[in-house]
Amino acid sequence: MAAQNVPTGSVQRLTLAKGLNSGLRAAMKADPKVVLMGEDVGKLGGVFRITEGLQKDFGEDRVIDTPLAEAGIVGTAVGLCLRGYRPVVEIQFDGFVYPAFDQIISQVAKMHARSLGALRIPMVIRIPYGGGIGAVEHHSESNEAYFAHTAGLRVVTCSDPGDAYWMMQQAIASDDPVIFYEPKRRYHEKAEVDLDERAGAPLGLHQAAVRREGTDVTLVTYGPMVKTCLQAAEAAAAEGISLHVLDLRSLSPLDLPAITEAAKRTGRVVVVHEASTFLGMGAEVASLIQQECFYHLEAPVLRVGGYNIPYPPSRFEEEFLPNLDRVLDAVDRSLEF
Amino acid sequence: MTQAEPTDVVRHHETVVTPPGEHDITDGGPDMVQFLDAEGNRLETNETNAPYAEIVEALTPEDGRAMYRDLVLVRRVDAEGHALQRQGELGLWPSLLGQEAAQVGAGRAMREQDYAFPGYREHGVAWCKGVPPENLLGMFRGVNNGGWDSNANNFHLYTIVIGNQMLHATGYAMGIQRDGAVGTGDESRDAAVMAFTGDGGTAQGDYNEALVFAGVANAPVVFFVQNNQWAISEPNYKQFRIPPYLRARGFGFPGVRVDGNDVLASYAVAKAAMDAARAGQGPTLIEAFTYRMGAHTTSDDPTKYRVAAEVDIWREKDPIKRMRGFLETKGYADAAFFDAVDAEADELAARIRKACQEMPDPELPTMFDDIYVDEHPVVAAERAEFVSYHSSFEGEGAH
Repeated sequence: MAAQNVPTGSVQRLTLAKGLNSGLRAAMKADPKVVLMGEDVGKLGGVFRITEGLQKDFGEDRVIDTPLAEAGIVGTAVGLCLRGYRPVVEIQFDGFVYPAFDQIISQVAKMHARSLGALRIPMVIRIPYGGGIGAVEHHSESNEAYFAHTAGLRVVTCSDPGDAYWMMQQAIASDDPVIFYEPKRRYHEKAEVDLDERAGAPLGLHQAAVRREGTDVTLVTYGPMVKTCLQAAEAAAAEGISLHVLDLRSLSPLDLPAITEAAKRTGRVVVVHEASTFLGMGAEVASLIQQECFYHLEAPVLRVGGYNIPYPPSRFEEEFLPNLDRVLDAVDRSLEF
Repeated sequence: MTQAEPTDVVRHHETVVTPPGEHDITDGGPDMVQFLDAEGNRLETNETNAPYAEIVEALTPEDGRAMYRDLVLVRRVDAEGHALQRQGELGLWPSLLGQEAAQVGAGRAMREQDYAFPGYREHGVAWCKGVPPENLLGMFRGVNNGGWDSNANNFHLYTIVIGNQMLHATGYAMGIQRDGAVGTGDESRDAAVMAFTGDGGTAQGDYNEALVFAGVANAPVVFFVQNNQWAISEPNYKQFRIPPYLRARGFGFPGVRVDGNDVLASYAVAKAAMDAARAGQGPTLIEAFTYRMGAHTTSDDPTKYRVAAEVDIWREKDPIKRMRGFLETKGYADAAFFDAVDAEADELAARIRKACQEMPDPELPTMFDDIYVDEHPVVAAERAEFVSYHSSFEGEGAH
């Protein structure tokens, strides 16, 4: 046997959107109980085409175009879970998840506990999120903290095509409900992804990933801001500053060992996300770091995020969203301590 | 503000639309399916009940006695729950007093493989689905949030947020469709779902979305609305302008109003709807016209918002009195039977009381159990911290 010499030939250059699509396809092939639901997910393939071609291949019973009613989508998906299905529901945009908020918080998150473990809700709720695409209001929000705050939910977000492909499959395989955030302004970013199932997922769904090694200041970030932070690290390197970039990937649970390791490595931490900093993920990360790494810190943990205002009209968003300059400014402030 | 003249549109439906602030809560009107009068006399077959007459005719005297027994035992379960709350054994009890016939009728129309999605007052449906009544008490005692295995009896956990469960029921029914367990003609395989809520629930978004989804999918689900006339302190006319059974048509499927205090009618209408759903004919909405004789829950004081005369009118429509009258008139049951049922109710009450009082408080660390299927490090860490904190008190004496 020379199996180990068989070239996988499965490495492809994919967009993040195609990574998600391929991940969904792989999960649907692997398990006939996986069904997709959402507005326009069928023939259209979703407004971002994440489900493109899936209804054609798997049929209308498995890729379900739903009425335009978010509570209905999530609530009926709960019922499908109780009947043994694994629904993956698409919320068309971040700002449209609120009509389903009650179902997610009151039912999806709590049913396993309420039933003393007898019932499982293996549902994935996909939410394209974040700004930077010049959209109208309700189309650019980062509402991950609402869900990360709620026990019973797992909250994850991918930042590149490889994670898109593997994390989607892991989320669908999870017996817990998963809120899956997709950074919509990174949908068209490309990278090489090994689609061979023998390659396996490089990381667990709950794990953070070091995206760049560095020694001076640690950037803790996730989702759409990973690319921004990597660009900041490039720019900083040109000035002789070495930035360490940690991609959280999982927002609930947080990968505490990875966070403390990254914080201790430099003693200086800047948390970067698009959501408003007030009571955001950065507040939790900063708090954990000061609790766990107090004697290792050279500077207070700083946060760079959206301002504490509703997501503004798109002509403002360049200023609202953390960019290279704001990240580097925070790095400088950290180094001044 | 003066009352606007009805528009032409409203005039077309003047038998349907009640003026704001008015409704007759004592009369279900000519559309209401009914088989027993207030004394339990079998009503003549008429235009309204004719479609269901065959189902009633097929019932045996034994069926009638079994229904009566259910009504009495369910009422006793409810009375015991109420008493246990008053004695401090339960934190809360939502009474079903007055709604026994609606629930027993619906419950008995379900087969083993049919799934029920209750609100939190469906003790009678739970009874019919075989859930031990003492299992209902844990959540009201505060030792759990739903103390039964919903898959053991196909009876889902109680749902407190009004209307949430209507969507779960619809989704479950969509699952039945995908399993091919509808319209096969195999009595042991074809399944359907029953979803329960009250008149107040019909105002909720989830309720309306459930009806939209069910209609669009032609899902095997029967929505069973117990119109008990009061949503805590708010009467029907604060919830809707046209009754629930008439609204069903707007969602694309039939709606039926049934006398919810008449167990024969409730059963017949529910059975017809469930048979249709299992056969692949899609959803039905049933509005069981009934009355909540007691408070909304034990925390409520109905004397603040409704008059005693209204309750007296409904007392005359009592479902148990009516069924007993029917059995006696027909000679289907004798005094010995009624005495035996009463004795059984006494035994049941004693059993429930004992089970309630003996229900242990859960071990404290179990509050961290089953939050997730797979371990969640935050929950695991907090559990460890909690256990460590409590063990730090060991040796400090009783407290």
